Amino acid sequence: MNPKRKQTSAMPSQPAESAGKHKRAFRIILITGLPIVVLLLSFSVGRYSVSLPQMADIIRAHLLGLPDPGPASISIVLLHVRIPRIAAALLVGGALAAAGASYQGLFRNPMVSPDILGASAGAGFGAALAMLLSLGPAGIQLLSFLLGMGAVALTYSIGSLVSRRGGAVLSLVLTGIVISTVFSSFTSIIKLAADPDNKLPAITFWLMGGLSLVGLNDLAILAPLVLIGLTPLLLLRWKLNVLSFGEEEAQALGVNTTRIRIVTIICSTLLTATAVSVSGMIGWVGLIVPHLSRMVVGPNYKVLLPISALYGASYLLLVDDIARSALTMEIPLGILTALIGAPFFIVLLITGKRGWE
Amino acid sequence: MLEIENLSCGYGDKPVVKDVSFSVRAGEIMCLLGPNGAGKTTLFKTLLSFLKPLGGTVKINGQSTAGWSRQVLARAVGYVPQAHSAPFPFSVIDVVTMGRTAHLGLFAAPNSKDKSIADEALHSLQIDSLRNRIYTELSGGERQMVLIARALAQQPDILIMDEPTSNLDFGNQIRMLEQIRLLSNRGMTVVMTSHFPDHAFLCSDRAALLRRGLPFLAGSVKEVVTSGNLISAYGIDVEVAEFTAASGRKVKTCVPLMRTDNKSLKNVLNHGSP
Repeated sequence: MNPKRKQTSAMPSQPAESAGKHKRAFRIILITGLPIVVLLLSFSVGRYSVSLPQMADIIRAHLLGLPDPGPASISIVLLHVRIPRIAAALLVGGALAAAGASYQGLFRNPMVSPDILGASAGAGFGAALAMLLSLGPAGIQLLSFLLGMGAVALTYSIGSLVSRRGGAVLSLVLTGIVISTVFSSFTSIIKLAADPDNKLPAITFWLMGGLSLVGLNDLAILAPLVLIGLTPLLLLRWKLNVLSFGEEEAQALGVNTTRIRIVTIICSTLLTATAVSVSGMIGWVGLIVPHLSRMVVGPNYKVLLPISALYGASYLLLVDDIARSALTMEIPLGILTALIGAPFFIVLLITGKRGWE
Repeated sequence: MLEIENLSCGYGDKPVVKDVSFSVRAGEIMCLLGPNGAGKTTLFKTLLSFLKPLGGTVKINGQSTAGWSRQVLARAVGYVPQAHSAPFPFSVIDVVTMGRTAHLGLFAAPNSKDKSIADEALHSLQIDSLRNRIYTELSGGERQMVLIARALAQQPDILIMDEPTSNLDFGNQIRMLEQIRLLSNRGMTVVMTSHFPDHAFLCSDRAALLRRGLPFLAGSVKEVVTSGNLISAYGIDVEVAEFTAASGRKVKTCVPLMRTDNKSLKNVLNHGSP
């Protein structure tokens, strides 16, 4: 308000500008460099270590149709196990982080994760049910995906009923908590009914999350679904900025909030249910990666959403590298994301800029 | 030009405000007064289509706004809420650029032209220096100015301002009113609410008064802001006085008169509602 005070605050703009340039250069390195390093690292890490030149030779030979250069076991590991797994980690991580970032804007709350409306709980129940019925891998994925979507549809319809007198966002979150609890209880019932010798351990292990079972054929389903979920979110991302100012203000600024909300929920749910149906329950990625991204690039969704997807992909890939190489036994991914994510998040909260108010 | 005809508004099917009619011509400022709970917010929400009118019409430049999309309405009417906090630390220029949303396609993000319109809005309010600051770190008055800049970037015909002077100190209140006058001098139509009837005398062309259980009043400031009307609206003793400033300018002002003896204070507290 006071023009004199503003003058003084604008004074030290010269040095601030060059510091800003350094900061921007640092950011660009952080944004592009980090994922590339993680990606290259991931190809060579594992039970069979593959050196980078070796890998380049194998990939080049297969692309050009030349005879396989290296030991056959190495190229099989690389092409049928490692590359699908790396691709799945990238897709699942990117999907969860993008869904989480979108939900945080939609619900105007940085504590929101992509499973807030019941997608994970529903998908988990679907997978457990499919295993109880001995449906096989395709059946597990399908039922898990359908029940993940179904749980959110249930949350949305009950939430709309609750919010007839206003308060759409809060009604949705509260209903989501209820629906999540109900589906978690269903999962517990299934565990209770499952054969404790083979089915119970399989269900428990699946729920812990992991990418060890992903093959090339899974990617054929995973990749298009993630693309279908991600594209509308990326296209509508500017509107998420406006929505984070609240329902009425967004309306006054010319946004059809009901329409944007339903598109965001459908796409985020598609991403979350797809991710869970392939990889099991992997928590934390959708919560902390958007935070980390917000600290690096700021809250504007124009940049934040693509960066969240990129960082989510790199983060899950990095954690999956640790999961398959730290011990001789594979560590379930869901446990690791929480064990690494939680302390990392606390450190960020203590030392970093918070990224929310 | 904004015309309200026989508007009744409320939640569900229970009207809070009935038979509201007034009009504000282009470039005029209207100040909406009324005690807490009289329905100022409800009326505002209906003007902005957050609530559906229970009856009557809102017309902008002669056309009823019923059935307008959010986007079309937002190009005609800008809303300046009370200064608030945002959940994420957006920069000021990002916040102001969000005012361009009504002019963008569904999938579009603002381009450099929208950015420069946002810069012009900051410049016209002389708050260029806030451009790269973080919105959530600003003072209440600065946030209020940024929200006005956002509404200006929207390039509407009418500006609806919810208590633009709330949370501001004495000096900043008057500076805010001067700023609003400046906007109206440039042709902006302004409808604002205030808790201070003096603000109607200071900067508005028209006034309206909402009173609980009594008919809605609207007209020139002189007609509406009278001692009798204020007494009926707020339930306290008020006199309107005229004062001649050193420059010779005549200024009207409202002087509330407190009852000081115990007996009548007890009466007030027993019968009047807070």
